[in-house]
Amino acid sequence: MKFISFHLMPYRPLDFAAAAKHRSAWVVLPNSLYDPVKGAEEYAAYIDFLADCERLGFDGIGVNEHHQNAYGMMPAPNLIASALIQRTKTVKIAILGRALPIQSNPIFIAEEYAMLDNLSKGRIICGFVRGIGAEYHSTGINPYFSHERFHEAHDLIVQAWTKPGPFPFEGQHYNIRYVNLWPRPYQQPHPPIWIPSQGSTETVVWAADPARKYPFLVTFSSTDLVIRYLNTYRDQARKFGYEPEPGQFGWACPVYVAETDEQARAEAGRAIETLFNNYLRMPLEMLVPPGYTSQASMRAFLKLRTAVGGRVSTADELIASGTALIGSVATVRAKIEEVRDKTGLGILLPMLQFGILSDELARRNIERFAAEIMPQLRR
Amino acid sequence: MTPDTTQVKIGEVGVTLHRAGNGPKLLFLHGAGGYTQWLPFFDALAERYEVLVPEHPGFGASDDPAFIRNVPDMAMFYLDFLETLGLDNAHVVGHSLGGWIAAEILIRDRARAKSLTLLAPAGIRVEGVPSGDTFIWNTEETARNLFHDQAYADILLALKPSDAQMEVMLKNRFTATKLGWQPRWFNPDLEKWLHRIKLPALVVWGKEDKVMPAAYAARWRARLPDARVVTIEQCGHLPHVEKLDDMIGSVRDFLGGAAR
Repeated sequence: MKFISFHLMPYRPLDFAAAAKHRSAWVVLPNSLYDPVKGAEEYAAYIDFLADCERLGFDGIGVNEHHQNAYGMMPAPNLIASALIQRTKTVKIAILGRALPIQSNPIFIAEEYAMLDNLSKGRIICGFVRGIGAEYHSTGINPYFSHERFHEAHDLIVQAWTKPGPFPFEGQHYNIRYVNLWPRPYQQPHPPIWIPSQGSTETVVWAADPARKYPFLVTFSSTDLVIRYLNTYRDQARKFGYEPEPGQFGWACPVYVAETDEQARAEAGRAIETLFNNYLRMPLEMLVPPGYTSQASMRAFLKLRTAVGGRVSTADELIASGTALIGSVATVRAKIEEVRDKTGLGILLPMLQFGILSDELARRNIERFAAEIMPQLRR
Repeated sequence: MTPDTTQVKIGEVGVTLHRAGNGPKLLFLHGAGGYTQWLPFFDALAERYEVLVPEHPGFGASDDPAFIRNVPDMAMFYLDFLETLGLDNAHVVGHSLGGWIAAEILIRDRARAKSLTLLAPAGIRVEGVPSGDTFIWNTEETARNLFHDQAYADILLALKPSDAQMEVMLKNRFTATKLGWQPRWFNPDLEKWLHRIKLPALVVWGKEDKVMPAAYAARWRARLPDARVVTIEQCGHLPHVEKLDDMIGSVRDFLGGAAR
């Protein structure tokens, strides 16, 4: 199993009482609540934390893109990746991902990924996502065309990486007479593309297609859903007539390991609750604007109303459902093994700092994880 | 009055069309909420006019053709609609999104139209006066912001839509998003062509409209060649529902005058 240490870079000094007066920590949370002096310290601490993952033996470091919120301070994950390239030598750097549809010109994504791939001499992994619904409010991009723009931007980026330029790209949303990337990517034919997803069937079918075989990463879901989605991918691959590799199955989730289950719960309980209830809290109108999902998915959403961040979750619920792996070494390892045995999971993306979890606890957590969980699961 | 409801084909596109009354033709173009029912407003008009209320492509029971990607497409579609149905000398009335569509139709071709009536139309922007964010409001906020008299909002919120109605509401919301999300409820290329609408025009606005601010009325009056504005006191975004008695007289007088 491969391990990617994944980070969201939450703004921990947030005044939660002030934030609670707004409908979400996204889109409308006044940026007067952001203190740049405190924010700069957050960046410094998080980059130290991630850079140290190489020494701890992780295969990769994961960063990601989110806009205009207190949940994640990485609207430009490339900048963080660039900093991490300078601080590391061998570890992979996974940008999971760039939100393709909300960019006006995807050529810039192709260029920046190619630059990072050169700067790192081939250590870049490229995540492609659509962003979350709130980002269509923040950027103004029409969610109705989200899927169209995603697929078109994907095609443009992959062609820009692989087709000899200059060539014209003729799309509905993007039309560029001269596509001619300088620099070209370091890895040939192009850096790996991974697809983080919440499990929509459409995405599974597209990612599993033999022309792509993109690794599929399930994010922020209960264990039973993770198992179901990963097996949907396996079934789909078999329908396409091939057997997927373990490296095509990924799972991203918050992880906290301590001496005992009780100690882990006591140290990380409040932090995991802030992640889901404070940082990720948003109404459905923000989370799933029309067209971001299909009408059928939207109907299901409206009936269930159990979206992530859609209601208050307790730490106990999040632990019980396996949405967060919080417990002793034995407990956490057993849970990962369970998912691996039921799905063929080959990539784990533990988020070892989350919510308001302090630097000190995050440090203890990652060292314990690296020392007592990774080696056993690598065997 | 119960309208006659039929399905008409405009090219390959099936459109559900409600109609009632006799007299000169009057085309009503509904707003982003879609056609919910035959309104008392339509009855009042049907006393003197043949009132035609189509459900726009992508709304209600009409087809949802992929080739309609924006309001200018919708306007071109309605030129086909007018031609296919042989409508001439039609009074065009549009509410909100429907007002925007009406203006987009008539800047392109006004030959089949006799007059234009706009009820709180979308379609243009007055800088510094943003329209309400209908996409971020939840169900309750939307109902409350649609009306000045909250008794109407209470009625709306007490309704428990059936599964079939929920389906239609979702469909309407998807199409409204396609048409109105970006730029929000306007076309930057519309306003500069409004002088093309050389027709008598009436602009009706609720003074307390929280969706499309009443301040927009002056801009429409300034850009349309022959427009008058009627502002309705203590009225929200649906003057033809909330203040029918206060506005119907102005509409009748206008249409009667325009018909001369």
